[in-house]
Amino acid sequence: MPDAPLILALLALWLALGSAAVPLLAGREPRLLRLAAVPLLGLAGGVALAAGLWTLIAGTNASAVLPLGLPWLPWHVRLDPLSGVFLVLIGLVTGAVGLYGRDYVRHFEGGRESLVALGGFSGLFLAGMLLVVLADDAFLFMIAWEVMSLSSYFLVAFQHEQAANRRAAFLYLLMAHVGGLAILLGFGVLAAFGGGFDFDAMRAAELTPLWAGVAFALAFLGFGMKAGLAPLHAWLPEAHPVAPSHISALMSGVMLKVAVYGFIRTVLDLNGEVHWSWGVTLIAVGGLSALVGVLFALVQTDLKRLLAYSSVENLGIVFIALGLALLFQSTGHPNLAALALVAALYHALNHALFKSLLFLGAGAILHSTHERDLDQMGGLLRRMPWTGSFFLIGCLSISALPPFNGFVSEWLIFQSALQAWNLDSGVLRSLVPIASAVLALTGALVAATFVKVYGIAFLGQARSRHVRRARPSPKGMWAGQGLLAGLCVLFGVLPTQILGLLDPVADQLLGTGVPQAGANGWLWLTPISAETASYSAPLTILLPALIAGTALWWFKRRASWRVRRCDPWDCGFAAPTPRMQYSAASFAQPIRRVFALLFLIDEGRDQGADGSVRYRLRIADRAWGWLYVPVARAVDSSARRVARLQSGSVRVYLGWTLVTLLVLLWVIS
Amino acid sequence: MSAWFIALLQALLCVALAPLLVGWVRRVKARLQNRRGAPLLQPYADLRKLMIKETRVAHTASPLFRVAPYIVFVATWLACATVPLIALDLPTAGIADIIVLVGLLALGRFFLALAGMDVGTAFGGMGASREMLISALAEPALLMAVFTLAMTAHSTSLVGVMEHHLTDGFLLRPSYLFAFGALVLVALAECGRIPVDNPTTHLELTMVHEAMLLEYTGRHLALMEWAAWIKLLLYGVLIVNVFLPWGIATEFTPAALALGLVAVVVKLALLGAALALGETLMAKMRLFRVPGFLNLALLLGLLGLLSHVILEVGA
Repeated sequence: MPDAPLILALLALWLALGSAAVPLLAGREPRLLRLAAVPLLGLAGGVALAAGLWTLIAGTNASAVLPLGLPWLPWHVRLDPLSGVFLVLIGLVTGAVGLYGRDYVRHFEGGRESLVALGGFSGLFLAGMLLVVLADDAFLFMIAWEVMSLSSYFLVAFQHEQAANRRAAFLYLLMAHVGGLAILLGFGVLAAFGGGFDFDAMRAAELTPLWAGVAFALAFLGFGMKAGLAPLHAWLPEAHPVAPSHISALMSGVMLKVAVYGFIRTVLDLNGEVHWSWGVTLIAVGGLSALVGVLFALVQTDLKRLLAYSSVENLGIVFIALGLALLFQSTGHPNLAALALVAALYHALNHALFKSLLFLGAGAILHSTHERDLDQMGGLLRRMPWTGSFFLIGCLSISALPPFNGFVSEWLIFQSALQAWNLDSGVLRSLVPIASAVLALTGALVAATFVKVYGIAFLGQARSRHVRRARPSPKGMWAGQGLLAGLCVLFGVLPTQILGLLDPVADQLLGTGVPQAGANGWLWLTPISAETASYSAPLTILLPALIAGTALWWFKRRASWRVRRCDPWDCGFAAPTPRMQYSAASFAQPIRRVFALLFLIDEGRDQGADGSVRYRLRIADRAWGWLYVPVARAVDSSARRVARLQSGSVRVYLGWTLVTLLVLLWVIS
Repeated sequence: MSAWFIALLQALLCVALAPLLVGWVRRVKARLQNRRGAPLLQPYADLRKLMIKETRVAHTASPLFRVAPYIVFVATWLACATVPLIALDLPTAGIADIIVLVGLLALGRFFLALAGMDVGTAFGGMGASREMLISALAEPALLMAVFTLAMTAHSTSLVGVMEHHLTDGFLLRPSYLFAFGALVLVALAECGRIPVDNPTTHLELTMVHEAMLLEYTGRHLALMEWAAWIKLLLYGVLIVNVFLPWGIATEFTPAALALGLVAVVVKLALLGAALALGETLMAKMRLFRVPGFLNLALLLGLLGLLSHVILEVGA
């Protein structure tokens, strides 16, 4: 049955809608959310995962016309390998969120927020994302896109009693729609040349280079805004932290990837011929996002905000890899382009896994301690050993350390960047290595960021009383985290298999895959050839395990194996108090000082009324001053000018209407 | 099979040689400073003493504190074992190319820094914060230097780079000179040597690496120290074998292997003496002058890369 994966995918869609419908009854029975809606959400994820995997393994390509939509614009859906990869991504994270959410939403029961809104919009959000990935015409795509954006707006505004949350949600809505408009216009260009709204017509269209460039620019603006690329990232660190944590995981882990999907679909699949300057643009913007994202993440003290900024960085890395793919494709090296594309997809998958894991961890901390501020935490590893262990795996993965998954995708990106010697143009040849320098700097800064996060939150001693009394989170919550942590390790240790799954996408879009990657057996990852580069992830686990096992055996044999507990030495000073530890702000201070140019820092002392002195540190994003404030001012002043039309007199309005009609008639004739 | 055996031998050799190199550097340094200095084999005696002594752990330490020394040691050792020391083309070299090597060192550093923050004392956090600052700036410089070599040889495998170098003969490429400069500067920073950090200081306000180890005792401390020494050996081997690979065994005959061993020991001894001389002549920098030092390394690395892609490709 060739259409089976597609039927599965549509089933997942119905399950998601079901999960949205169930909570309508939750006003009466709050437990329904936990007992039916959230499990249904997870189940929808599992089914989507199965559909995606089936598509990738069988390499099928199914399409259908749904009996929905407008009479002359029926909805087309299609499931090809590219959609398959993103279904897998959505499915993996949603499945874990389903496991986790059951216990997490319990503490909203009896709260003042509406459970109907939480459950209903979560289901709609998932349905929207699934439908975006399945859509095969611009009409359905935009509807699904709007469903996704609007339902996530309501999730961001969920705890709407705080003014900051409402502000964040409004900013999110605004930017989502500016981006949506750009995407719509981009589709308009493609549809005008293709003569139809379905993707097949767009694929067949022959665009002039100028219009292809326009379509690319619009798609990049629209999808880049949604993906949170700098300098259009400002909504992201505001919006993601304020949603409930399992929704933050979906937004940061999955929704940003849906934007990546849209971009790949539009630019590599629909738009046809690729120009090299597109690749350069992507690399430049991606590099900027990576650097800005990680530097702002480093100086944050709010855990969820920090994670949101780190998404800006990771999406920057994905776009660097996509830029390399476009660059190689446009200069006639499809096999290298395939490597870069696969690396981008791999990183997108990895980021979905570890970022969701970290957001779920942040949610577990929030659940147990009601604390998001790193400077109040400390010593949580001993209070919450499971969450702590899984969170550590997330930190190691996101810091791109072997043998975890983040390392594999960054390694692949480096490998494709190092093939820059194949390029003919000297400028491009030197640009690509500079991009890899940015990537290297980013990687090292990410490690610093997550040493800070883990060291401050989970190690050391509790910095406040309620954190000292934190309780472990319920089983369901750590099961969700454990699933994602296990996947992080799996994706790191078995890269050849994962690459094999991603290969059909490169085949579909570029006409060639990376067949050499597993040519030397599953143990060795050799993306280009064994002589060029090889990495054996299983052995980097196995050999150290052997060595460490031997060492443990050796020490355990000896009488002195036992350790004696004592007070900390601390250079012989009096017993240290928790307040003497390095705080999150002090940890980041040296790096903040080195990169001071990028930040707007307000640092000083505040004198309290009672004579107490407090240290004050506020760090703001320069993008606000450079980009957003001028735009907001321009909008304000033009609105004021337009407002002059509003005289309040009906006769004047009728006059304007008449003039408009006359002008329109003149234009049409 | 014999290749795996030699690989194992080489892996054991780097663990065994590391204390010797440190002893040698200390000895030369003492002589340059008109001191008699400790015996050449003192580091081995230190390790033995630490291994025998009772191990103490603070009340406030989490399990991570006890696991970290093993992870740091094993990650560093694995990194070192993949670098061709006496013979080329060993199967271990395929496990990790240069980028994985950098990654493994980063893994060790990650746990070292976490361990520093674990007990919750004032100094550990300071050491961790400074270590991450230095590594954040050193790692890109290191990768730039390494990429220069990799792009020349069209391979990120160390064996590939060295083979390319051996077969091409020694060409005085400008890119190699820049990369060499960058690598030396990075090695000084990463191994915690003067002028970035002083391995013998225990002065609270200046130390970086030692601050993270303050709470360690007994075998934990031994493993941490040993790992730091292996790292020094690793960077030493990287410098001498990648830039001057002559003498290394390209086939697995006893004579070739013996020659490889002698060659690398002589090269490392010269490098160690140079390091000791440099440390005697220079003073330690303030922490906030270190970024300037590492920016120089990054600049050299970038210059190497650019001079390669602009001058040498196609030429």
